[in-house]
Amino acid sequence: MADAPEHAPRAAAPSGPTEPAPPADAAIPAFVTSLQDNVAGSVAQLSLYLGDWTVIVPASHLVQAAQYLRDAADCAFDYLSDLTATDWPPRAEARFDVLYMLYSTRHRHRVRVKVKVAEDQPLASVTGVWPAANWLEREVFDMFGVNFTGHPDRRRILMPEDWQGHPQRKDYPLEGPGELLMENPIDWLKLRQSRDEADIE
Amino acid sequence: MTYLPPETIHGAMFDTSELVINMGPQHPSTHGVLRVVLRLDGEKVVDADVVIGYLHRGIEKLSENRNWTQIILLTDRMDYVAAATSNVGYCETVEKLLQIEVPRRAKYLRTVLMELQRIASHCLWVGTHAMDIGAMTVFLYAFRERELILDLFEEFCGARLTYNSMRIGGLPQDIPPGWDKKVLAFCDVMDGKLDEYETLLTHNRIWLERTKGVGVIHGAEATALGLCGPALRGSGVARDVRKDEPYAAYDEMDFDVPVGMAGDTYDRYLVRMEEFRQSLRIIRQATAGLPEGPIVGKVPRLIKPAAGETYHAIESPKGELGYFIVSDGKSTNPYRFRVRPPSFCNLQALPRLVRGHMVADVVALIGSIDIVLGEVDR
Repeated sequence: MADAPEHAPRAAAPSGPTEPAPPADAAIPAFVTSLQDNVAGSVAQLSLYLGDWTVIVPASHLVQAAQYLRDAADCAFDYLSDLTATDWPPRAEARFDVLYMLYSTRHRHRVRVKVKVAEDQPLASVTGVWPAANWLEREVFDMFGVNFTGHPDRRRILMPEDWQGHPQRKDYPLEGPGELLMENPIDWLKLRQSRDEADIE
Repeated sequence: MTYLPPETIHGAMFDTSELVINMGPQHPSTHGVLRVVLRLDGEKVVDADVVIGYLHRGIEKLSENRNWTQIILLTDRMDYVAAATSNVGYCETVEKLLQIEVPRRAKYLRTVLMELQRIASHCLWVGTHAMDIGAMTVFLYAFRERELILDLFEEFCGARLTYNSMRIGGLPQDIPPGWDKKVLAFCDVMDGKLDEYETLLTHNRIWLERTKGVGVIHGAEATALGLCGPALRGSGVARDVRKDEPYAAYDEMDFDVPVGMAGDTYDRYLVRMEEFRQSLRIIRQATAGLPEGPIVGKVPRLIKPAAGETYHAIESPKGELGYFIVSDGKSTNPYRFRVRPPSFCNLQALPRLVRGHMVADVVALIGSIDIVLGEVDR
């Protein structure tokens, strides 16, 4: 096929990030134990890599845990540094990791909160806890299509309003969709599938 | 003559309604391609909707398809008035992922370059901010001094705007002979010029009228809204990544973090003016104590960090510039590359700041939060 995509065959896509558990001798910070004790079931997993603590929170406990992390005196995470997502397509049950980088201006410590959500699974917005999440959640919605609920103004932010697809997803082509996707997304999908099949043969 | 209560006359003579006007994306005082849709009641701003994305180039997506070294040049194109700072932020994040040590000389030189960059960026800010408000002279003065810094950068790496001036593990080349003397000479020149800017603005009656009490935001609200950098410090929150989470050689430097009190445009102006002087102080210390030694650490020939993810933040002239990078450990490009752009997070507060102010204050407030659209849109 003359116009076949020229990308080299890739290794199998990774199915998730490495989340190394903290070593046995690592001192668990107070904010983690405090969260564990006061919001039951909020810490599904704990990870430490290169000095960054990551708390993996079930989607159902997110807002409760966020509220606690902001208000409790030994946590005091009053500053939402960043909110972003990563896409792991092979993980069908929970495709996206939504990440919250938190910082405390009082205690000067950091934590990363991670929530795993499936493609169509609604995830509660944290704009009520940190107003800074407003544009950041809009960007995650725009780029990944994560379905935030309770967001005051859920529109696309960087891409045009009538854009089709979510560019940061791993299955979105780097060269962009071309005009076909913008005009007729179903034809575009058919063309892509036929190209993928040709690639396999 | 019959008496009519004033409200009836008012109602009969004027038909009041809200006016929606569009500012930008091609507007001289929006510093690029920013579009603001303003809802006005007379001269007062009722609400503003900020529309961005006109300069979106998909740098995050592009970076996920380039190898680790090629990305340095893409980071130049984000905050293009402070490219060296973006370079350092990215390189330090990759160094953290690779767990390699950077030689002390490289750390010191990075500090000097970043602080020069901060002065250059603040020069551009003070010039354009003053010009938006109507003080034309400051613009010409500030660009004159920015030119001196660009000359220093040109001598160091050959470029004047997009430097590509860092490498993973250190610097691409050592400084040319005599360059540190020129930097010190520049510091002496800059000291006097700062007084010139301040003579023109700090006690200028028009400047005070236009900036005092405009866009007041208090510390707790500014923190919750995610403001960062001088915009947050102007509200009295002493948050500076250089002090709180030191990187490069900042833990060995002696400097102060200026904070404002009122949280208005004038205090944000004062904070940045003091940051000029603190930057000069850091440059003098780092240049005087410049250690000898190599400029690149032990970097593997093929850069392929072990699988894992990390977030690393530095203080760019605009605020907290963070990189979140995920490596899958198998390919030569990052699996996920995310930038926490300070301008983006600061711009988010614009509707909150302009509400209730005059139309003319909108340009003052856009200047006051100091945005670069290349970084907002990426």
